[in-house]
Amino acid sequence: MSLASVTNRTSSFLTWWTFFKISINERLVYRGDFMLGTLMRFLPTLTQIFLWWAIYDVVSDNTADAAGGPDGQIAGYRYGDMVAYYLLVIISRAFSSMPGLTRGIADQIRSGEVKKFLIQPVDMLGCLLTQRVAHKLVYYLIATLPFALVFWICRSYFVDGWPPAEVMAVFVVSLLVSFLLGFFLEACIGLIGFWFLEVTSLGFIYMLLNFLLSGHMFPLELLPGSIGSFVNFLPFKYLAYFPAAVFLGKIRGTEMYVGLAVEIAWVLFFLVLARVFWNRGVKRYSGFGG
Amino acid sequence: MHPSYLNVLLTFARNSLVRDMSFRMNFILQCVSSVSWAVMNFGLFKIIYQHTNSIGRGSGWGEHEFFIFLGTVWVVNSLVQTFFMANAEEFSEMIRTGNLDFALLKPIDTQFLISFPRINWAQLPNGILGVGLIAYSLVQLANDPNKNLQWSFAYLPVFIFFVLCGATIMYSVMIVLSSTSIWLGRNQNLYTFWFYITNFYRYPMEIYQRTGIGMALWGTFTFVVPVLVVSNIPARVLAQPLGTPWKTWELLLAGYTALAAVLSLLASRWVFKRALLSYRSASS
Repeated sequence: MSLASVTNRTSSFLTWWTFFKISINERLVYRGDFMLGTLMRFLPTLTQIFLWWAIYDVVSDNTADAAGGPDGQIAGYRYGDMVAYYLLVIISRAFSSMPGLTRGIADQIRSGEVKKFLIQPVDMLGCLLTQRVAHKLVYYLIATLPFALVFWICRSYFVDGWPPAEVMAVFVVSLLVSFLLGFFLEACIGLIGFWFLEVTSLGFIYMLLNFLLSGHMFPLELLPGSIGSFVNFLPFKYLAYFPAAVFLGKIRGTEMYVGLAVEIAWVLFFLVLARVFWNRGVKRYSGFGG
Repeated sequence: MHPSYLNVLLTFARNSLVRDMSFRMNFILQCVSSVSWAVMNFGLFKIIYQHTNSIGRGSGWGEHEFFIFLGTVWVVNSLVQTFFMANAEEFSEMIRTGNLDFALLKPIDTQFLISFPRINWAQLPNGILGVGLIAYSLVQLANDPNKNLQWSFAYLPVFIFFVLCGATIMYSVMIVLSSTSIWLGRNQNLYTFWFYITNFYRYPMEIYQRTGIGMALWGTFTFVVPVLVVSNIPARVLAQPLGTPWKTWELLLAGYTALAAVLSLLASRWVFKRALLSYRSASS
Protein backbone atom coordinates (compact mmCIF):
# COMPACT_ATOMS: atom_id res chain seq x y z
CA MET A 1 0.00 0.00 0.00
CA SER A 2 1.49 3.30 -0.97
CA LEU A 3 1.76 6.18 1.43
CA ALA A 4 -0.59 8.25 -0.66
CA SER A 5 -3.41 5.75 -0.40
CA VAL A 6 -2.91 5.50 3.39
CA THR A 7 -3.21 9.26 3.87
CA ASN A 8 -6.11 9.23 1.50
CA ARG A 9 -7.87 6.67 3.63
CA THR A 10 -7.19 8.48 6.91
CA SER A 11 -8.38 11.76 5.54
CA SER A 12 -11.54 10.17 4.23
CA PHE A 13 -12.18 8.67 7.65
CA LEU A 14 -11.56 12.08 9.18
CA THR A 15 -14.08 13.61 6.81
CA TRP A 16 -16.81 11.23 7.95
CA TRP A 17 -15.82 11.64 11.60
CA THR A 18 -16.13 15.42 11.26
CA PHE A 19 -19.55 15.12 9.66
CA PHE A 20 -20.58 12.84 12.48
CA LYS A 21 -19.41 15.20 15.23
CA ILE A 22 -21.06 18.24 13.68
CA SER A 23 -24.35 16.39 13.36
CA ILE A 24 -24.21 15.25 16.98
CA ASN A 25 -23.67 18.78 18.24
CA GLU A 26 -26.40 20.08 15.99
CA ARG A 27 -28.89 17.82 17.68
CA LEU A 28 -27.84 18.35 21.28
CA VAL A 29 -28.91 21.98 21.08
CA TYR A 30 -32.60 21.27 21.59
CA ARG A 31 -32.47 18.45 24.14
CA GLY A 32 -35.12 19.77 26.54
CA ASP A 33 -37.69 20.26 23.81
CA PHE A 34 -36.80 16.85 22.59
CA MET A 35 -37.52 14.96 25.79
CA LEU A 36 -40.91 16.59 26.16
CA GLY A 37 -41.67 15.86 22.52
CA THR A 38 -40.84 12.21 23.05
CA LEU A 39 -43.22 11.92 25.98
CA MET A 40 -45.96 13.65 23.95
CA ARG A 41 -45.49 11.01 21.30
CA PHE A 42 -47.08 8.47 23.63
CA LEU A 43 -50.27 10.50 24.14
CA PRO A 44 -52.13 8.93 21.20
CA THR A 45 -51.24 5.55 22.71
CA LEU A 46 -53.23 6.58 25.75
CA THR A 47 -56.42 6.87 23.70
CA GLN A 48 -55.54 3.58 21.98
CA ILE A 49 -55.39 1.88 25.38
CA PHE A 50 -58.89 3.08 26.20
CA LEU A 51 -60.30 2.40 22.74
CA TRP A 52 -59.06 -1.19 22.62
CA TRP A 53 -60.23 -1.79 26.17
CA ALA A 54 -63.75 -0.86 25.10
CA ILE A 55 -63.47 -3.17 22.07
CA TYR A 56 -61.99 -6.13 23.92
CA ASP A 57 -64.48 -5.70 26.73
CA VAL A 58 -67.28 -6.54 24.31
CA VAL A 59 -65.36 -9.37 22.63
CA SER A 60 -64.63 -11.07 25.94
CA ASP A 61 -67.14 -13.35 27.62
CA ASN A 62 -66.64 -12.42 31.21
CA THR A 63 -65.99 -9.06 32.72
CA ALA A 64 -62.34 -8.62 33.36
CA ASP A 65 -60.50 -7.86 36.52
CA ALA A 66 -58.64 -4.59 36.70
CA ALA A 67 -55.18 -6.13 36.44
CA GLY A 68 -55.47 -8.63 33.61
CA GLY A 69 -57.81 -6.81 31.27
CA PRO A 70 -60.44 -8.53 29.13
CA ASP A 71 -59.64 -12.10 28.05
CA GLY A 72 -60.94 -12.12 24.46
CA GLN A 73 -58.76 -12.29 21.35
CA ILE A 74 -58.82 -10.44 18.05
CA ALA A 75 -56.73 -11.93 15.23
CA GLY A 76 -54.66 -13.79 17.82
CA TYR A 77 -53.98 -10.68 19.86
CA ARG A 78 -55.00 -10.49 23.50
CA TYR A 79 -55.77 -7.06 24.90
CA GLY A 80 -52.29 -6.80 26.41
CA ASP A 81 -50.66 -7.84 23.14
CA MET A 82 -52.58 -5.17 21.27
CA VAL A 83 -51.42 -2.37 23.57
CA ALA A 84 -47.89 -3.81 23.65
CA TYR A 85 -47.96 -3.88 19.84
CA TYR A 86 -48.73 -0.17 19.63
CA LEU A 87 -45.95 0.57 22.11
CA LEU A 88 -43.42 -1.58 20.23
CA VAL A 89 -44.35 0.04 16.94
CA ILE A 90 -43.25 3.35 18.42
CA ILE A 91 -39.82 1.78 18.96
CA SER A 92 -39.76 0.46 15.38
CA ARG A 93 -40.66 3.90 14.12
CA ALA A 94 -37.92 5.46 16.23
CA PHE A 95 -35.52 3.45 14.09
CA SER A 96 -37.14 3.42 10.67
CA SER A 97 -38.73 6.86 10.36
CA MET A 98 -36.62 9.47 8.57
CA PRO A 99 -38.30 12.82 9.09
CA GLY A 100 -37.34 15.32 6.43
CA LEU A 101 -35.07 13.02 4.41
CA THR A 102 -37.14 12.89 1.22
CA ARG A 103 -37.84 16.59 1.35
CA GLY A 104 -34.24 17.43 2.19
CA ILE A 105 -32.87 15.58 -0.83
CA ALA A 106 -35.50 17.00 -3.18
CA ASP A 107 -34.90 20.53 -1.89
CA GLN A 108 -31.15 20.20 -2.43
CA ILE A 109 -31.75 19.06 -5.98
CA ARG A 110 -34.20 21.86 -6.70
CA SER A 111 -32.18 24.65 -5.12
CA GLY A 112 -28.98 23.48 -6.77
CA GLU A 113 -27.29 22.83 -3.45
CA VAL A 114 -26.62 19.29 -4.63
CA LYS A 115 -23.80 20.77 -6.73
CA LYS A 116 -21.47 20.70 -3.77
CA PHE A 117 -21.49 16.90 -3.86
CA LEU A 118 -20.51 16.99 -7.51
CA ILE A 119 -17.50 19.16 -6.72
CA GLN A 120 -16.36 17.84 -3.35
CA PRO A 121 -14.99 14.32 -3.10
CA VAL A 122 -17.79 13.37 -0.69
CA ASP A 123 -20.64 11.02 -1.47
CA MET A 124 -24.09 12.53 -0.91
CA LEU A 125 -25.79 9.38 0.35
CA GLY A 126 -22.85 8.57 2.60
CA CYS A 127 -22.96 12.05 4.02
CA LEU A 128 -26.68 11.91 4.67
CA LEU A 129 -26.38 8.46 6.23
CA THR A 130 -23.66 9.65 8.60
CA GLN A 131 -25.85 12.58 9.61
CA ARG A 132 -28.81 10.29 10.21
CA VAL A 133 -26.78 7.88 12.33
CA ALA A 134 -25.59 10.80 14.44
CA HIS A 135 -29.08 12.25 14.80
CA LYS A 136 -30.58 8.90 15.70
CA LEU A 137 -27.85 8.17 18.26
CA VAL A 138 -28.53 11.47 19.99
CA TYR A 139 -32.22 10.75 19.80
CA TYR A 140 -31.81 7.38 21.54
CA LEU A 141 -29.53 8.92 24.12
CA ILE A 142 -32.16 11.44 25.10
CA ALA A 143 -35.27 9.39 24.39
CA THR A 144 -34.24 6.34 26.39
CA LEU A 145 -35.39 7.93 29.63
CA PRO A 146 -38.95 8.81 28.55
CA PHE A 147 -39.25 5.49 26.66
CA ALA A 148 -38.12 3.52 29.71
CA LEU A 149 -40.57 5.42 31.89
CA VAL A 150 -43.54 4.75 29.61
CA PHE A 151 -42.67 1.09 29.12
CA TRP A 152 -42.21 0.63 32.86
CA ILE A 153 -45.63 2.16 33.53
CA CYS A 154 -47.13 -0.06 30.83
CA ARG A 155 -45.22 -3.21 31.79
CA SER A 156 -48.42 -5.10 32.70
CA TYR A 157 -49.47 -5.10 29.03
CA PHE A 158 -46.48 -7.24 28.19
CA VAL A 159 -48.31 -10.35 29.32
CA ASP A 160 -45.53 -12.83 28.57
CA GLY A 161 -42.71 -10.69 29.93
CA TRP A 162 -39.35 -10.52 28.14
CA PRO A 163 -38.91 -12.74 25.09
CA PRO A 164 -36.07 -15.33 25.04
CA ALA A 165 -32.56 -14.07 24.28
CA GLU A 166 -32.60 -15.43 20.71
CA VAL A 167 -35.81 -13.56 19.88
CA MET A 168 -34.48 -10.47 21.57
CA ALA A 169 -31.35 -10.60 19.39
CA VAL A 170 -33.39 -10.92 16.19
CA PHE A 171 -35.59 -8.06 17.41
CA VAL A 172 -32.59 -5.78 17.87
CA VAL A 173 -31.03 -6.74 14.54
CA SER A 174 -34.34 -6.22 12.72
CA LEU A 175 -34.56 -2.75 14.25
CA LEU A 176 -31.07 -1.85 13.07
CA VAL A 177 -31.81 -3.16 9.58
CA SER A 178 -35.13 -1.27 9.56
CA PHE A 179 -33.14 1.92 10.06
CA LEU A 180 -31.18 1.19 6.87
CA LEU A 181 -34.33 0.15 5.01
CA GLY A 182 -36.12 3.35 6.00
CA PHE A 183 -33.11 5.40 4.98
CA PHE A 184 -32.58 3.94 1.52
CA LEU A 185 -36.29 3.71 0.73
CA GLU A 186 -36.87 7.37 1.51
CA ALA A 187 -33.63 8.37 -0.18
CA CYS A 188 -34.91 6.74 -3.39
CA ILE A 189 -38.12 8.79 -3.20
CA GLY A 190 -36.11 11.95 -2.62
CA LEU A 191 -33.83 11.19 -5.58
CA ILE A 192 -36.85 11.01 -7.86
CA GLY A 193 -36.56 14.78 -7.51
CA PHE A 194 -34.01 14.66 -10.31
CA TRP A 195 -36.90 13.88 -12.65
CA PHE A 196 -39.81 15.68 -10.98
CA LEU A 197 -38.85 18.91 -9.30
CA GLU A 198 -41.74 18.72 -6.84
CA VAL A 199 -41.84 15.52 -4.77
CA THR A 200 -43.62 16.85 -1.67
CA SER A 201 -46.88 15.30 -2.77
CA LEU A 202 -45.13 12.04 -3.56
CA GLY A 203 -43.67 12.09 -0.07
CA PHE A 204 -47.13 12.61 1.32
CA ILE A 205 -48.56 9.65 -0.54
CA TYR A 206 -45.64 7.56 0.69
CA MET A 207 -46.39 8.67 4.26
CA LEU A 208 -50.02 7.61 3.89
CA LEU A 209 -49.16 4.24 2.41
CA ASN A 210 -46.47 3.71 4.98
CA PHE A 211 -48.86 4.42 7.86
CA LEU A 212 -51.23 1.71 6.69
CA LEU A 213 -48.91 -0.86 5.08
CA SER A 214 -46.13 -0.81 7.68
CA GLY A 215 -48.55 -1.81 10.43
CA HIS A 216 -48.21 1.55 12.15
CA MET A 217 -51.99 1.96 12.12
CA PHE A 218 -52.89 -1.54 13.30
CA PRO A 219 -51.34 -5.05 13.35
CA LEU A 220 -51.27 -6.45 9.82
CA GLU A 221 -53.01 -9.65 10.97
CA LEU A 222 -56.21 -7.63 11.11
CA LEU A 223 -56.20 -7.14 7.35
CA PRO A 224 -58.56 -9.44 5.46
CA GLY A 225 -56.92 -12.51 3.84
CA SER A 226 -56.04 -11.55 0.28
CA ILE A 227 -55.03 -7.98 1.09
CA GLY A 228 -53.04 -9.25 4.06
CA SER A 229 -50.96 -11.67 2.00
CA PHE A 230 -50.33 -8.97 -0.62
CA VAL A 231 -49.11 -6.53 2.03
CA ASN A 232 -46.82 -9.25 3.34
CA PHE A 233 -44.88 -9.14 0.08
CA LEU A 234 -44.19 -5.42 0.34
CA PRO A 235 -41.13 -3.92 2.06
CA PHE A 236 -43.19 -1.60 4.26
CA LYS A 237 -43.99 -4.12 6.98
CA TYR A 238 -40.34 -4.21 8.06
CA LEU A 239 -40.55 -0.55 9.03
CA ALA A 240 -42.96 -1.14 11.92
CA TYR A 241 -44.80 -4.45 12.02
CA PHE A 242 -41.98 -6.98 11.74
CA PRO A 243 -39.85 -6.05 14.78
CA ALA A 244 -42.95 -5.74 16.97
CA ALA A 245 -44.33 -9.08 15.77
CA VAL A 246 -40.99 -10.76 16.46
CA PHE A 247 -40.91 -9.34 19.98
CA LEU A 248 -44.45 -10.52 20.70
CA GLY A 249 -43.70 -14.02 19.40
CA LYS A 250 -46.11 -13.71 16.46
CA ILE A 251 -43.30 -14.62 14.09
CA ARG A 252 -40.97 -17.30 15.40
CA GLY A 253 -38.45 -19.99 14.46
CA THR A 254 -37.41 -20.28 10.83
CA GLU A 255 -40.04 -17.78 9.75
CA MET A 256 -38.30 -15.17 11.88
CA TYR A 257 -34.93 -15.73 10.19
CA VAL A 258 -36.46 -15.85 6.73
CA GLY A 259 -38.15 -12.53 7.50
CA LEU A 260 -34.85 -11.04 8.58
CA ALA A 261 -33.15 -12.27 5.41
CA VAL A 262 -35.90 -10.77 3.26
CA GLU A 263 -35.56 -7.50 5.16
CA ILE A 264 -31.82 -7.41 4.44
CA ALA A 265 -32.52 -8.23 0.79
CA TRP A 266 -34.86 -5.24 0.60
CA VAL A 267 -32.15 -3.01 2.05
CA LEU A 268 -29.73 -4.17 -0.64
CA PHE A 269 -32.37 -3.63 -3.29
CA PHE A 270 -33.03 -0.03 -2.25
CA LEU A 271 -29.32 0.63 -1.74
CA VAL A 272 -28.61 -0.36 -5.33
CA LEU A 273 -31.69 1.48 -6.55
CA ALA A 274 -30.59 4.67 -4.78
CA ARG A 275 -27.15 4.36 -6.41
CA VAL A 276 -28.72 3.91 -9.83
CA PHE A 277 -31.04 6.87 -9.27
CA TRP A 278 -28.11 9.00 -8.17
CA ASN A 279 -25.88 8.11 -11.12
CA ARG A 280 -28.66 8.56 -13.65
CA GLY A 281 -29.94 11.69 -11.97
CA VAL A 282 -26.57 13.41 -11.84
CA LYS A 283 -26.16 12.79 -15.56
CA ARG A 284 -29.35 14.61 -16.46
CA TYR A 285 -28.93 17.24 -13.77
CA SER A 286 -28.62 20.70 -15.24
CA GLY A 287 -27.78 22.73 -12.12
CA PHE A 288 -30.41 25.40 -11.84
CA GLY A 289 -30.19 27.98 -9.12
CA GLY A 290 -27.25 29.58 -7.40
CA MET B 1 -68.08 53.93 9.71
CA HIS B 2 -68.30 50.22 10.29
CA PRO B 3 -66.71 47.88 7.78
CA SER B 4 -69.03 45.29 6.28
CA TYR B 5 -67.88 42.08 7.95
CA LEU B 6 -69.84 39.93 5.55
CA ASN B 7 -68.26 41.53 2.49
CA VAL B 8 -64.79 41.18 3.95
CA LEU B 9 -65.47 37.51 4.71
CA LEU B 10 -66.70 36.88 1.16
CA THR B 11 -63.63 38.59 -0.24
CA PHE B 12 -61.42 36.35 1.90
CA ALA B 13 -63.28 33.29 0.66
CA ARG B 14 -62.95 34.34 -2.97
CA ASN B 15 -59.27 35.22 -2.67
CA SER B 16 -58.50 31.89 -1.04
CA LEU B 17 -60.36 30.03 -3.75
CA VAL B 18 -58.48 31.93 -6.46
CA ARG B 19 -55.23 31.10 -4.72
CA ASP B 20 -56.11 27.41 -4.39
CA MET B 21 -57.10 27.26 -8.03
CA SER B 22 -53.82 28.70 -9.24
CA PHE B 23 -52.03 25.66 -7.80
CA ARG B 24 -54.61 23.21 -9.03
CA MET B 25 -52.52 20.04 -8.90
CA ASN B 26 -51.48 20.81 -5.35
CA PHE B 27 -55.10 21.45 -4.46
CA ILE B 28 -56.23 18.12 -5.87
CA LEU B 29 -53.45 16.24 -4.10
CA GLN B 30 -54.36 17.91 -0.82
CA CYS B 31 -57.97 16.82 -1.28
CA VAL B 32 -56.90 13.30 -2.15
CA SER B 33 -54.59 12.94 0.83
CA SER B 34 -57.06 14.27 3.39
CA VAL B 35 -59.77 12.04 1.97
CA SER B 36 -57.38 9.06 2.04
CA TRP B 37 -56.71 9.57 5.74
CA ALA B 38 -60.42 9.51 6.34
CA VAL B 39 -60.94 6.40 4.24
CA MET B 40 -58.13 4.59 6.06
CA ASN B 41 -59.71 5.46 9.37
CA PHE B 42 -63.02 4.14 8.08
CA GLY B 43 -61.27 0.93 7.00
CA LEU B 44 -59.81 0.39 10.47
CA PHE B 45 -63.24 0.56 12.09
CA LYS B 46 -64.79 -1.57 9.37
CA ILE B 47 -62.22 -4.21 10.36
CA ILE B 48 -62.83 -3.70 14.07
CA TYR B 49 -66.56 -4.23 13.58
CA GLN B 50 -65.81 -7.58 11.95
CA HIS B 51 -64.66 -8.67 15.38
CA THR B 52 -67.04 -6.88 17.68
CA ASN B 53 -70.56 -5.51 17.51
CA SER B 54 -70.09 -2.52 19.76
CA ILE B 55 -67.38 -0.25 21.12
CA GLY B 56 -67.84 -0.36 24.86
CA ARG B 57 -70.22 -2.77 26.56
CA GLY B 58 -73.79 -1.41 26.68
CA SER B 59 -72.70 1.94 25.24
CA GLY B 60 -74.92 1.48 22.18
CA TRP B 61 -72.14 2.35 19.73
CA GLY B 62 -72.86 -0.39 17.21
CA GLU B 63 -71.40 -0.24 13.71
CA HIS B 64 -73.85 2.18 12.12
CA GLU B 65 -74.14 4.34 15.22
CA PHE B 66 -70.37 4.58 15.34
CA PHE B 67 -70.10 5.52 11.67
CA ILE B 68 -72.51 8.38 12.35
CA PHE B 69 -70.10 9.37 15.09
CA LEU B 70 -67.10 9.09 12.73
CA GLY B 71 -68.92 11.14 10.08
CA THR B 72 -69.60 13.82 12.68
CA VAL B 73 -65.92 13.92 13.61
CA TRP B 74 -65.03 14.40 9.93
CA VAL B 75 -67.56 17.21 9.58
CA VAL B 76 -66.29 19.08 12.65
CA ASN B 77 -62.65 18.48 11.71
CA SER B 78 -63.22 19.66 8.19
CA LEU B 79 -64.99 22.82 9.35
CA VAL B 80 -62.15 23.66 11.70
CA GLN B 81 -59.43 22.83 9.19
CA THR B 82 -61.13 24.69 6.37
CA PHE B 83 -61.81 27.88 8.24
CA PHE B 84 -59.45 28.19 11.20
CA MET B 85 -56.41 25.94 11.06
CA ALA B 86 -54.32 27.76 8.46
CA ASN B 87 -55.26 31.09 10.02
CA ALA B 88 -54.25 30.12 13.53
CA GLU B 89 -50.90 29.04 12.15
CA GLU B 90 -50.55 32.20 10.16
CA PHE B 91 -51.33 34.20 13.29
CA SER B 92 -48.41 32.54 15.11
CA GLU B 93 -46.20 33.39 12.18
CA MET B 94 -47.44 37.01 12.09
CA ILE B 95 -46.43 37.41 15.71
CA ARG B 96 -42.97 36.05 15.04
CA THR B 97 -42.33 38.18 11.97
CA GLY B 98 -44.01 41.32 13.28
CA ASN B 99 -46.54 41.37 10.47
CA LEU B 100 -49.28 41.59 13.06
CA ASP B 101 -48.60 45.35 13.03
CA PHE B 102 -50.46 45.64 9.74
CA ALA B 103 -53.45 43.73 11.07
CA LEU B 104 -53.60 45.96 14.14
CA LEU B 105 -53.66 49.11 11.99
CA LYS B 106 -56.66 48.08 9.91
CA PRO B 107 -60.03 49.56 10.88
CA ILE B 108 -61.67 46.22 11.60
CA ASP B 109 -61.81 43.91 14.59
CA THR B 110 -58.37 42.29 14.85
CA GLN B 111 -59.62 38.90 16.01
CA PHE B 112 -61.96 38.75 13.01
CA LEU B 113 -59.20 39.83 10.67
CA ILE B 114 -56.73 37.19 11.79
CA SER B 115 -59.35 34.43 12.07
CA PHE B 116 -60.59 34.19 8.50
CA PRO B 117 -58.20 35.49 5.80
CA ARG B 118 -57.16 32.08 4.53
CA ILE B 119 -59.90 29.57 3.85
CA ASN B 120 -58.46 26.19 3.06
CA TRP B 121 -60.96 24.82 0.56
CA ALA B 122 -59.03 21.59 0.15
CA GLN B 123 -60.21 20.41 3.56
CA LEU B 124 -63.87 20.68 2.64
CA PRO B 125 -64.22 17.35 0.75
CA ASN B 126 -63.68 15.54 4.04
CA GLY B 127 -66.73 17.20 5.49
CA ILE B 128 -68.81 16.31 2.45
CA LEU B 129 -67.62 12.73 2.84
CA GLY B 130 -68.66 12.92 6.50
CA VAL B 131 -72.16 14.06 5.55
CA GLY B 132 -72.34 11.18 3.10
CA LEU B 133 -71.26 8.66 5.71
CA ILE B 134 -73.80 10.02 8.20
CA ALA B 135 -76.62 9.85 5.65
CA TYR B 136 -75.70 6.31 4.60
CA SER B 137 -75.43 5.07 8.18
CA LEU B 138 -78.73 6.71 9.10
CA VAL B 139 -80.49 4.88 6.30
CA GLN B 140 -78.89 1.61 7.38
CA LEU B 141 -79.91 2.23 10.96
CA ALA B 142 -83.46 3.17 10.03
CA ASN B 143 -83.84 -0.05 8.02
CA ASP B 144 -82.46 -2.21 10.80
CA PRO B 145 -85.44 -4.01 12.37
CA ASN B 146 -83.49 -4.58 15.61
CA LYS B 147 -82.95 -0.88 16.12
CA ASN B 148 -85.65 1.54 16.99
CA LEU B 149 -84.36 4.74 15.45
CA GLN B 150 -86.65 7.73 15.89
CA TRP B 151 -86.14 9.92 12.88
CA SER B 152 -87.63 13.27 12.09
CA PHE B 153 -86.23 16.18 10.15
CA ALA B 154 -86.48 18.21 13.32
CA TYR B 155 -83.25 16.49 14.44
CA LEU B 156 -81.34 18.08 11.59
CA PRO B 157 -81.27 21.69 12.88
CA VAL B 158 -80.42 20.36 16.34
CA PHE B 159 -77.52 18.40 14.89
CA ILE B 160 -76.29 21.43 12.93
CA PHE B 161 -76.60 23.59 16.02
CA PHE B 162 -74.38 21.25 18.06
CA VAL B 163 -71.88 20.85 15.22
CA LEU B 164 -71.58 24.64 15.17
CA CYS B 165 -71.17 24.63 18.95
CA GLY B 166 -68.38 22.10 18.49
CA ALA B 167 -66.67 24.15 15.79
CA THR B 168 -66.93 27.23 18.04
CA ILE B 169 -65.27 25.37 20.91
CA MET B 170 -62.45 24.16 18.66
CA TYR B 171 -62.02 27.65 17.23
CA SER B 172 -61.68 29.03 20.73
CA VAL B 173 -59.14 26.39 21.72
CA MET B 174 -57.07 27.25 18.68
CA ILE B 175 -57.21 31.00 19.21
CA VAL B 176 -56.07 30.48 22.79
CA LEU B 177 -53.27 28.15 21.68
CA SER B 178 -52.02 30.48 18.98
CA SER B 179 -52.32 33.53 21.23
CA THR B 180 -49.75 31.92 23.48
CA SER B 181 -47.21 32.58 20.72
CA ILE B 182 -47.27 36.22 21.81
CA TRP B 183 -45.82 35.19 25.14
CA LEU B 184 -43.70 32.28 23.93
CA GLY B 185 -42.30 34.09 20.89
CA ARG B 186 -43.19 31.17 18.73
CA ASN B 187 -45.47 28.20 18.96
CA GLN B 188 -44.21 25.65 16.53
CA ASN B 189 -46.22 22.89 18.07
CA LEU B 190 -49.62 24.17 17.03
CA TYR B 191 -50.25 21.32 14.60
CA THR B 192 -48.94 18.80 17.09
CA PHE B 193 -51.19 20.15 19.83
CA TRP B 194 -54.09 20.12 17.44
CA PHE B 195 -53.40 16.49 16.62
CA TYR B 196 -53.22 15.46 20.27
CA ILE B 197 -56.38 17.31 21.21
CA THR B 198 -58.44 16.00 18.32
CA ASN B 199 -57.12 12.59 19.21
CA PHE B 200 -59.31 12.65 22.31
CA TYR B 201 -62.58 13.50 20.60
CA ARG B 202 -62.21 10.99 17.80
CA TYR B 203 -63.77 8.23 19.91
CA PRO B 204 -66.99 8.01 21.91
CA MET B 205 -66.47 9.35 25.42
CA GLU B 206 -67.74 6.12 26.97
CA ILE B 207 -64.34 4.53 26.38
CA TYR B 208 -62.86 6.78 29.06
CA GLN B 209 -65.54 6.24 31.66
CA ARG B 210 -63.99 3.12 33.15
CA THR B 211 -61.01 3.55 35.37
CA GLY B 212 -59.74 6.35 37.58
CA ILE B 213 -57.33 7.69 34.98
CA GLY B 214 -60.02 7.45 32.33
CA MET B 215 -62.49 9.39 34.45
CA ALA B 216 -59.84 12.03 35.10
CA LEU B 217 -59.26 12.35 31.36
CA TRP B 218 -62.99 12.46 30.72
CA GLY B 219 -63.45 15.19 33.32
CA THR B 220 -60.54 17.23 32.03
CA PHE B 221 -61.61 17.08 28.40
CA THR B 222 -65.24 17.74 29.21
CA PHE B 223 -65.10 20.48 31.80
CA VAL B 224 -61.64 22.09 31.57
CA VAL B 225 -61.00 21.88 27.83
CA PRO B 226 -64.45 20.86 26.54
CA VAL B 227 -63.35 18.96 23.42
CA LEU B 228 -65.12 15.65 24.09
CA VAL B 229 -68.58 17.21 23.70
CA VAL B 230 -67.52 18.65 20.34
CA SER B 231 -68.14 15.34 18.59
CA ASN B 232 -70.10 13.33 21.14
CA ILE B 233 -73.16 15.54 21.51
CA PRO B 234 -73.97 16.16 17.81
CA ALA B 235 -73.34 12.49 17.03
CA ARG B 236 -75.73 11.41 19.81
CA VAL B 237 -78.48 13.60 18.35
CA LEU B 238 -78.60 11.51 15.18
CA ALA B 239 -77.26 8.12 16.29
CA GLN B 240 -79.26 7.88 19.52
CA PRO B 241 -77.01 5.12 20.91
CA LEU B 242 -79.16 4.79 24.02
CA GLY B 243 -82.46 5.41 22.22
CA THR B 244 -85.02 8.15 22.74
CA PRO B 245 -86.03 10.00 24.79
CA TRP B 246 -82.60 11.08 25.94
CA LYS B 247 -81.41 10.18 29.41
CA THR B 248 -81.20 13.05 31.87
CA TRP B 249 -77.40 13.12 31.76
CA GLU B 250 -77.47 13.37 27.99
CA LEU B 251 -79.80 16.36 28.18
CA LEU B 252 -77.64 18.00 30.82
CA LEU B 253 -74.51 17.44 28.75
CA ALA B 254 -76.21 18.89 25.68
CA GLY B 255 -77.18 22.01 27.61
CA TYR B 256 -73.66 22.19 28.93
CA THR B 257 -72.27 22.00 25.35
CA ALA B 258 -74.19 25.10 24.30
CA LEU B 259 -73.00 26.88 27.44
CA ALA B 260 -69.42 25.70 26.88
CA ALA B 261 -69.47 27.07 23.33
CA VAL B 262 -70.47 30.53 24.56
CA LEU B 263 -68.06 30.48 27.49
CA SER B 264 -65.08 29.29 25.46
CA LEU B 265 -65.73 31.91 22.81
CA LEU B 266 -65.75 34.60 25.51
CA ALA B 267 -62.64 33.11 27.07
CA SER B 268 -60.83 33.07 23.74
CA ARG B 269 -61.79 36.71 23.20
CA TRP B 270 -60.43 37.60 26.62
CA VAL B 271 -57.17 35.69 26.15
CA PHE B 272 -56.72 37.20 22.69
CA LYS B 273 -57.12 40.74 24.00
CA ARG B 274 -54.79 40.10 26.91
CA ALA B 275 -52.23 38.64 24.54
CA LEU B 276 -52.43 41.66 22.23
CA LEU B 277 -51.59 43.91 25.17
CA SER B 278 -48.28 42.05 25.53
CA TYR B 279 -47.49 42.23 21.83
CA ARG B 280 -44.23 44.01 21.17
CA SER B 281 -43.80 43.83 17.42
CA ALA B 282 -40.68 42.37 15.88
CA SER B 283 -38.00 43.45 13.45
CA SER B 284 -37.88 47.13 12.54
